Amino acid sequence: MLEVKNLAVSYGAVKAIHGVSLEVHDGEVVSLIGANGAGKTTILRTISGLKKADDGEIRFDGTDLRKMDPSKIITLKLAHVPEGRHIFPQMTVEENLEMGAFTDRKDMEANMEEVFGRFGRLKERKKQLAGTLSGGEQQMLAVGRALMAKPKMILMDEPSMGLSPLLVKEIFSIIKEVNRKGITVLLVEQNAKMALSISSRAYVMETGKITISGNAGELLRDDRVKKAYLGQ
Amino acid sequence: MERRVKISYVINFLGVLAVFLLFVLLFESRVFGAATQYIKGICTTACYTIIMVASLNLVVGCMGEFSLGHAGFVSVGAYASAIVSGALTGKGLPDLALFLIALLAGGIAAGITGVMVGIPALRLRGDYLAIVTVAFAEIIRVCFCNFSITGGGKTMSGILKLSDFYWCYWVMAACVAVMYLYIRSKFGRTVKAIREDYIAAAAAGINVTYYKVLTFTVAAFFAGVGGGVYAHYMTAMIPTNFNFMYSAELLSEVIIGGIGSLTGSIIGAAFLSSLPEMMRQFSQYRMLAYSVVLIIVMIFKPGGIFGSWEFSLTRLLRRAEKKEHEKAEGGVKPWKQL
Ligand SMILES: Nc1ncnc2c1ncn2[C@@H]1O[C@H](COP(=O)(O)OP(=O)(O)OP(=O)(O)O)[C@@H](O)[C@H]1O
Ligand SMILES: [Mg+2]
Repeated sequence: MLEVKNLAVSYGAVKAIHGVSLEVHDGEVVSLIGANGAGKTTILRTISGLKKADDGEIRFDGTDLRKMDPSKIITLKLAHVPEGRHIFPQMTVEENLEMGAFTDRKDMEANMEEVFGRFGRLKERKKQLAGTLSGGEQQMLAVGRALMAKPKMILMDEPSMGLSPLLVKEIFSIIKEVNRKGITVLLVEQNAKMALSISSRAYVMETGKITISGNAGELLRDDRVKKAYLGQ
Repeated sequence: MERRVKISYVINFLGVLAVFLLFVLLFESRVFGAATQYIKGICTTACYTIIMVASLNLVVGCMGEFSLGHAGFVSVGAYASAIVSGALTGKGLPDLALFLIALLAGGIAAGITGVMVGIPALRLRGDYLAIVTVAFAEIIRVCFCNFSITGGGKTMSGILKLSDFYWCYWVMAACVAVMYLYIRSKFGRTVKAIREDYIAAAAAGINVTYYKVLTFTVAAFFAGVGGGVYAHYMTAMIPTNFNFMYSAELLSEVIIGGIGSLTGSIIGAAFLSSLPEMMRQFSQYRMLAYSVVLIIVMIFKPGGIFGSWEFSLTRLLRRAEKKEHEKAEGGVKPWKQL
């Protein structure tokens, strides 16, 4: 479904990504883990078109994404939940979700009901300004907004960042459920253990390169991964 | 829903009409005696200032970017409309048609300038954008100082006096109504989303540059219309009228009235543009007074006097209705208790 080949990305003279290749198949949850500054966010931003690549190939269902605008890429049903809680603080929860359906307003109402069904907390706070939501609720709103675009695949950048252990669990169960409904997920996470436990496969990054890849179960037992990311 | 929207349009139109009739009554019954003409002039000044300030509020309030070069667009509109009305004089057009064509021409010229300035400038944000808009306004001013068609730096005079207050009132009402609808539309909400969170907006698939340039262009268009009214009221102008101080004055009126509130822009502009007339003898201290007002407002009400609050006639009526209702019920209760 998503195919990245020999991707190279730089910020000015600084090369952030050199020659990364990865693949995500239809219906999978794939995680991308790695230390701070490894380049995970950069990869997601490049896939969704927010950052331009220097070299390499990005294909989504066969379509070349590299020369495409982010506003076009989302119409291919590839959504992105950016790192950090990016919501529209001075707009209501409802308006935030409406913005998620920006490129495809067909069935918006039904879709919103579905999102509200999944996130009961958001429904109760429909008319509340998004900036007054708690951190966890904001993160849910960001995920809900991405779902409003009716994506086939969703890129998630550290959805559990800064959440209490209980909410982390909730977010992960939501990701699992979203995936069960047929949405493919590429997940970037610091919480490697949790991420690996819901993924089929994973890639481990170090300073702009992929160093280890394989089945999530295998990686959970891999000594290098255990030492560096699982703290064992 | 549909019906309610239609009803609110009618109510608001009636409100605007009522204010208009009040003005007509005041002026035609000659309550002000010999000063009537003078006061009409002040009201016309208020009309075009409202258009300019409200249009700047689209950029500052709706889009959240500071533009310090709005006078540049005003001047493009002023000169373009003056040139067009000059060229069309004596072609047998009725005055009102001539006026409207001139204003439209001024708006379009300013709108085109808005696109040209917006595309490169809106890549920048915050302070950088503000600086670039100052530079563009200066470039425009210097151009007008050198083109022979605009008087080549000397006064351009002999512009037809077409800005009659009654016409200007409706032009102002139409401009404000369109801007209000723009802010309320999907476009306005999209621009608001971009202001709120640039990254989230881009990730939601919003073409950020397009919507910003569009809003900037709409603002420039209305600034140009305001400039057109200005030109046909003053009948003579010089490029230095539209200098940095003028832009700063418009911006301070936006801020004092309320960033993001068209109500604030209307009241702020109406009040502040007639203020110097009311105290003519102190007019050289106007900027000083402005600065003091600005400082006081910033300290006590950083969002401007009206914040982002909008006056709504429909809401007011609904509330009055509710009160009546409660009163009626309240009146019944004690009787029942007996
Ligand atoms: N806008 C930018 N300008 C310059 N350098 C940047 C920019 N954004 C990221 N970088 C650099 O690119 C590298 C990769 O950053 P990236 O944000 O992709 O890391 P990450 O793996 O997501 O880290 P984290 O886990 O901390 O979120 C880092 O060295 C970072 O300093
Ligand atoms: Mg990151």
